[in-house]
Amino acid sequence: MSALNIKKGSTSHSAYELRDPNTPVIESHTLAVVVDNESGVLARVIGLFSGRGYNIESLTVAETDHASHRSRITIVTTGTPQVIEHIKSLLERMVPVHEVHDLTVEGPSVQRELALLKVAGHGEARIEALRLAEIFRANVVDSTLESFVFEMTGTPVKIDAFADLMRPLGLIEIARTGVAALSRGA
Amino acid sequence: MARQMTGAEMVVQALKDQGVEVVFGYPGGAVLPIYDAIFQQNDIRHILVRHEQGAIHMAEGYARSTGKVGVALVTSGPGATNAVTGLTDALLDSIPLVVLSGQVPTFMIGTDGFQEADTVGITRPCTKHNWLVKDTAKLSEVMHQAFHVAKSGRPGPVLVDIPKDVQFATADYTEMPAARTAHYQPRTTGDTAQIARMVEMMETAERPLFYTGGGVINSGPRASQLLREFVAETGFPITSTLMGLGSYPASGQNWLGMLGMHGLYEANLSMHGCDLMLNIGARFDDRITGRIPDFSPKSKKVHVDIDPSSINKVIRTDVGIIGDVAEVLAEALRQWRARGSKVNKEGLAKWWAQINEWRAVKCLTYKNSTTVIKPQYALERLEALTKGMDRYITTEVGQHQMWAAQFLGFEDPNRWMTSGGLGTMGYGLPASIGVQIAHPKSLVINVAGEASWLMNMQEMGTAMQFRTPVKQFILNNERLGMVRQWQELLHGERYSQSWSESLPDFVKLAEAFGCKGIQCTDPKDLDDAIMQMLRYDGPVIFDCRVEKHENCFPMIPSGKPHNEMLLGDADTQGVIGAKGAVLV
Ligand SMILES: Cc1ncc(C[n+]2csc(CCOP(=O)(O)OP(=O)(O)O)c2C)c(N)n1
Ligand SMILES: [Mg+2]
Repeated sequence: MSALNIKKGSTSHSAYELRDPNTPVIESHTLAVVVDNESGVLARVIGLFSGRGYNIESLTVAETDHASHRSRITIVTTGTPQVIEHIKSLLERMVPVHEVHDLTVEGPSVQRELALLKVAGHGEARIEALRLAEIFRANVVDSTLESFVFEMTGTPVKIDAFADLMRPLGLIEIARTGVAALSRGA
Repeated sequence: MARQMTGAEMVVQALKDQGVEVVFGYPGGAVLPIYDAIFQQNDIRHILVRHEQGAIHMAEGYARSTGKVGVALVTSGPGATNAVTGLTDALLDSIPLVVLSGQVPTFMIGTDGFQEADTVGITRPCTKHNWLVKDTAKLSEVMHQAFHVAKSGRPGPVLVDIPKDVQFATADYTEMPAARTAHYQPRTTGDTAQIARMVEMMETAERPLFYTGGGVINSGPRASQLLREFVAETGFPITSTLMGLGSYPASGQNWLGMLGMHGLYEANLSMHGCDLMLNIGARFDDRITGRIPDFSPKSKKVHVDIDPSSINKVIRTDVGIIGDVAEVLAEALRQWRARGSKVNKEGLAKWWAQINEWRAVKCLTYKNSTTVIKPQYALERLEALTKGMDRYITTEVGQHQMWAAQFLGFEDPNRWMTSGGLGTMGYGLPASIGVQIAHPKSLVINVAGEASWLMNMQEMGTAMQFRTPVKQFILNNERLGMVRQWQELLHGERYSQSWSESLPDFVKLAEAFGCKGIQCTDPKDLDDAIMQMLRYDGPVIFDCRVEKHENCFPMIPSGKPHNEMLLGDADTQGVIGAKGAVLV
């Protein structure tokens, strides 16, 4: 029952200081979402994130069951545990969503991303790039006298590491698919 | 043999099969085939509105007062964009609606055709689900699915966007039972083990409290019935959100009144002080919680909700039960009775003693006047003079809305229609028409503020045309009162743009519409004027001139905890002590 004690003409009081100042830990989770492959479904899923200011680190989607027109969307997202829980239940209640799996908490999983990297160079740098590619098990899928296109799959961390090494050797362009993931075991 | 028909005929057939009796709508180029099909039948009544926002709010009023799905029909482009506010309103208040919109023909979509708008794109975030139907063969199934989605689980608005060529083309009609709805079946029965935990907690709690919301109303009359039994048998106190008023009767012994930003002192202090909070179909809205870290710090919290995404969204709960309120209450009541109907009698007695002290504060006390009509007094008189009548109330948004919630008593569910989640000024008048269409013989009153009322006043034309004798009870303070109150309390009394200038003469306005206008300025005349309004067989615009600078109390300023409530004007000035403020 305390008084607000706001003086006439004062400007310092705001009614909008509602945020909790103790921001808890941010986690990264990989979600697999099985949806009907109907028009607008991706916009619906993405809108759920963008409309609430939640993050999408990466997102991949393709029809995985042609007979029943189901697509699998793999989303890597970050947020507080409460936000992650909220995202999952928001996804679950969407009409075209059939299944939501949080691969980060549902036991071990494999996560892979495909990347294409274009590296241009001559002489030593070119040879060094090829040598490193071999170590990282990247394939050459296109080559000219001045360039290679490497293809590699791996975890996002491995791709980051390879890209970092290629940068001084003439990396000029990179395309990444984002993560596809499955739980381990049957 | 499947029945062959045009898309437009399918729309009408599906509405009939779904038991729809009334459609609120407004025609235009992209829905002409559907209007043609409506013209050629007599089962479905069409209510021609004056603005599409009005159609959606009428459908909401219809839905909320009947428990049925409300239906609206609008044209493409501006028709659909005018529906957006209503759709958002229905989404936030969980009102089941099916909205049908016309669209440019499929071959023109994406060309910026005349009256083309990306309606499914625009309405995606403000519907539960929406469909753009590009093939007549799929239209009837989508229509049935639309009704299924709107009313299943947590209810909400859906939209079906129908291109004009799809309305003209012919295909087989999918009968209602053949429509595939199996995959969208939200869970309705609560987990029995979790319910058992709730029941155990109820047996030992010293300071328990039922905190109920719109979910009880949405669950249907049985939920309210079970809630009443549970409250009566446990003896627990009960409060409700704005959305849940009427699920427990205002005359009930254990009723603490509404809680929240403008809720009652006893309700909010009980929320703050309880040791067991039983949230039944409410969603910890920010109007309820105030400052989150200080929200009911000492309580264990049980949350019953049909929408899993509501649980743990803002407030961490100890027991989350996903399910339909009626089903969960039935099971909880069964378990609790089977275990011997136990409560902590000693704790409860002390708790009630404490609550009765809070009640004695009489937080709704206001300073009456013999010369000016106080808005609270106007509502007290309205309440007294309509008590026991078959009455439905809608409201606009502002101070008058909060006073209506505080001073009118609701004995039954589905009798109180107000825009809670979105706070949409302009909701009340069309909503009152929707209610009256559903209940032609009942008394329907819209408690309005003059500013809100003007936002959709064109719908008086609809009220006249369809002979809905709605009573527009306008508490006219010539102010955007709620805005003015915040400016007084939080912005140093700088009243920026919160006047209602150049108001119409409401009595003449009523005459212009062909209905009755009444103005009342003196408290001594008020009873007679209200009786005149009640006796008049037709729509009435009642211009009730009230005190211009009255503030609505109690008030928990945004971002403050429940126990930092302002009780009266004196509180805000810090002149008189809190105890004194109570008496003002
Ligand atoms: C469409 C819309 N615009 C703005 C607001 C913000 N708002 C909330 S209450 C209010 C004033 C309402 O005035 P009135 O209808 O006269 O009611 P009073 O508060 O005076 O009782 C305003 C502008 C709103 N809720 N809805
Ligand atoms: Mg006003």
